[in-house]
Amino acid sequence: MDFLLVQFLTGLANASALFLIASGLTVIFGVTRVVNFAHGSFYMLGAYLAWTIVRALWDWGGREPWLFVLGLLLAALAVGAIGALVEILLLRRIYRAPELFQLLATFGAVLIVQDITLALWGPEDLPLPRPRWLRAFIEVAGERFPLYDLILIFVGPVVLGLLWLLFQRTRFGILVRAATQDREMVAALGVDQRALFTGVFFLGSALAGLGGAIVLPSQNANLQMDLAIIAEAFVVVVVGGMGSVPGAFLASLLIAEVQAFGIVLVPKATLVLVFLVMAAVLMVRPYGLLGRPQAHARAPTGSVAPVIRAAPFVLKVVGASALALAAAAPLYAGPYGLTVLIELVVFVLFAASLHLLMGPGGVVSFGHAAYFGLGAYGAALGVRFLAVPMEVGLVLAPLLAGLFGVVFGWFVVRLSGVYLAMLTLAFAQIVWAAAFQWVELTGGDNGILGVWPSPWARDKALFLWLALALCIGATVLLRRAIYAPFGYGLRAARDSELRAEAVGLNAAQLRLVAFVIAAASAGIAGGVYAYAKGSVFPTYISIPKSVDALLMVLLGGVQTVSGPIVGAVAFHGLFLTLLQWVEWWRAALGLAIVALVLAFPEGVAGFVQRRWEARFGAAS
Amino acid sequence: MLEIARLNAFYGRAHILRDLALSVARGEVLVLLGRNGAGKSTTLKSIIGLVRPAPGSSIRFRDREIAGLAPHLIARLGIGYVPEERRIFTDLTVMENLEVGRRSPPEVRTPWTPERLFALFPNLARMKDRPGGRMSGGEQQMLTIARTLMGNPSLLLLDEPSEGLAPVIVEQMAEAIAAVKQAGITVLLSEQNLHFAARVADRAAIVEKGVIRWQGSLAALDAAPEVKAQYLSV
Repeated sequence: MDFLLVQFLTGLANASALFLIASGLTVIFGVTRVVNFAHGSFYMLGAYLAWTIVRALWDWGGREPWLFVLGLLLAALAVGAIGALVEILLLRRIYRAPELFQLLATFGAVLIVQDITLALWGPEDLPLPRPRWLRAFIEVAGERFPLYDLILIFVGPVVLGLLWLLFQRTRFGILVRAATQDREMVAALGVDQRALFTGVFFLGSALAGLGGAIVLPSQNANLQMDLAIIAEAFVVVVVGGMGSVPGAFLASLLIAEVQAFGIVLVPKATLVLVFLVMAAVLMVRPYGLLGRPQAHARAPTGSVAPVIRAAPFVLKVVGASALALAAAAPLYAGPYGLTVLIELVVFVLFAASLHLLMGPGGVVSFGHAAYFGLGAYGAALGVRFLAVPMEVGLVLAPLLAGLFGVVFGWFVVRLSGVYLAMLTLAFAQIVWAAAFQWVELTGGDNGILGVWPSPWARDKALFLWLALALCIGATVLLRRAIYAPFGYGLRAARDSELRAEAVGLNAAQLRLVAFVIAAASAGIAGGVYAYAKGSVFPTYISIPKSVDALLMVLLGGVQTVSGPIVGAVAFHGLFLTLLQWVEWWRAALGLAIVALVLAFPEGVAGFVQRRWEARFGAAS
Repeated sequence: MLEIARLNAFYGRAHILRDLALSVARGEVLVLLGRNGAGKSTTLKSIIGLVRPAPGSSIRFRDREIAGLAPHLIARLGIGYVPEERRIFTDLTVMENLEVGRRSPPEVRTPWTPERLFALFPNLARMKDRPGGRMSGGEQQMLTIARTLMGNPSLLLLDEPSEGLAPVIVEQMAEAIAAVKQAGITVLLSEQNLHFAARVADRAAIVEKGVIRWQGSLAALDAAPEVKAQYLSV
């Protein structure tokens, strides 16, 4: 009983930090509609900056508590300033771009911040030296409870109260609330949105920075903090209702308590538990606990998706030549070239499968790596437990991915917009958590090794041809599906669900079928990838992998069928080049992503298509 | 006050306004008449900048070119816009809605205050702390006008202010527009209700397919049944 009380208090203490981060994220989303991946980076910077500032202050004036508090606040302000700078330099230029491009740009910022942090502070975890008053305990029902955690418990409610005052009592707060609802109208009333957005970014980033700073005494500053927290912060924001600060508060309490007790009850599944809670909440309340449907459908000027047309003849020739060139690769490429080519082929299918969902389906998945990973694990588990040969493994791959596609898809297609995207992210995190924590089954972080092809396919050339046959074959089938009646129905359901249903199409069912097809296709890609590498790891399912797929589709262009192919080749080519030649490849990749988003807000293939049509007229 | 020339506007590929030309004189109330989809709302949105005028369009306000400026800059020059859908901030109270609109340019000697506006719209005075989402359509219509007046505009754009309102509220609207004119504000409104238009406006301009087809006094319009039949009757 007493133990449970302490566990409960620990949950409350953790909820405070979670609330600080999530409230910043939800305010930023509410006003700017930017899903800010870089928010986790602000949190990480908060911890690192606090580490530096607090130690400097302590060196100057002794290890006093008030200097510690001052240091945390200075770190928060510094992170706020960095956030405002990111808004001014980067996001301000792309508010007119589609939401997903903004998301990619913020992911570019994540990569850049990772390398900057590494360069400034080095790879080691940085603990804050803890003077006696930071290590003090108090007695709670006979158990020892850290005094610092007790103080943290009050930080969340205090910040909630301050935010309430800010939003109710100041002009800035009233403008923020108005802009959360209808920012265009706010502009028409003479309010400069840019200043408002910069202010909101300052506020949100400072909150994230403070969140990072206050956890420093208990969890060292480290380079994994950014992506570790961002998924959790998204969960809190979505469960609370996007844009709602009180919702974020409730949700942070809920999630932190689920984690605190999850560790006691189901230590192997704490991560899974959090995302299950989120899925459950969204099933009952599709807009979160305190959220409301977004009025984002206002004045869709010029946002109508162009009609997808069949490829012009030239493109078919180019495609066929590229395929022939790839098939002939064993004649001119070495083993490394063949390995790269196999990876490219795999990623083409991975991207094409996501494109079916995003383009014709209008379903934006933030967690497509789940199905890629399920395919890989399907094959690997078959090898590990049933010792099946590759031929069977490659059947298990799409089966397992497709099966989970049915289960997850059933939930996903019932939501829309950002909530849908966040649910796909949550499901991907469930799969990732299972792969990571369920060590008996999956080997955890060590992965599953020894996933080798059958003897006949061990030759690199033969495996390339197998990969080409499977992956390019599946990609061509996916393209066919877009022009089949199924594809027309899917696009109709995307453009107007109501009208599609009025003519007898079952929109949710069409999307579910698309989801399962996409999942199974990604599963094939994952299976081939597993045999190409000979091993599988949880990283196949991680957030960066899902973002890779998004990048490929978006860089290629969502509304062109060739987009994912061009995007996969371009992105993976870029990635390998940077990895090989640039020491700070993350920062370089981040900069490249940002530059591409700024230069081609409609994707590379979309850009080429528009230039082509401007020159030669639309293909008919 | 306002000089529009060669105004073109598009929604996607649809060409809505075609070389529209119109001028509004200081102190007058000009009503844009026309059927649904004629381009009335788009004209007003182009002026405030919510619809971007095509290149080559000219909108001069107090001898300054404003075509292509951002909406908030246009609003700051002294143009107030009241949207057809009202677009009240439903989470905000009446007073907070007014606060969002508040802007006091230094040259305005007697700025609008909540008190002055409550005198104009007595209904609002009784619900200062009510969220916009729990107001009737008529009350919201009053609030949306009051909110825009808080910015002390010298030109007021009103998009179909009588639409969907009960007759007694329409009457109050007409009185409010008269009071706004009294206060020296130029008004450009769009309207489908000819009776209401005749009640409030000095002059009418008829839009059809994005072009001004007819202009003149309301008396002249009343004396021209063939014009009404051609451009306004359904």
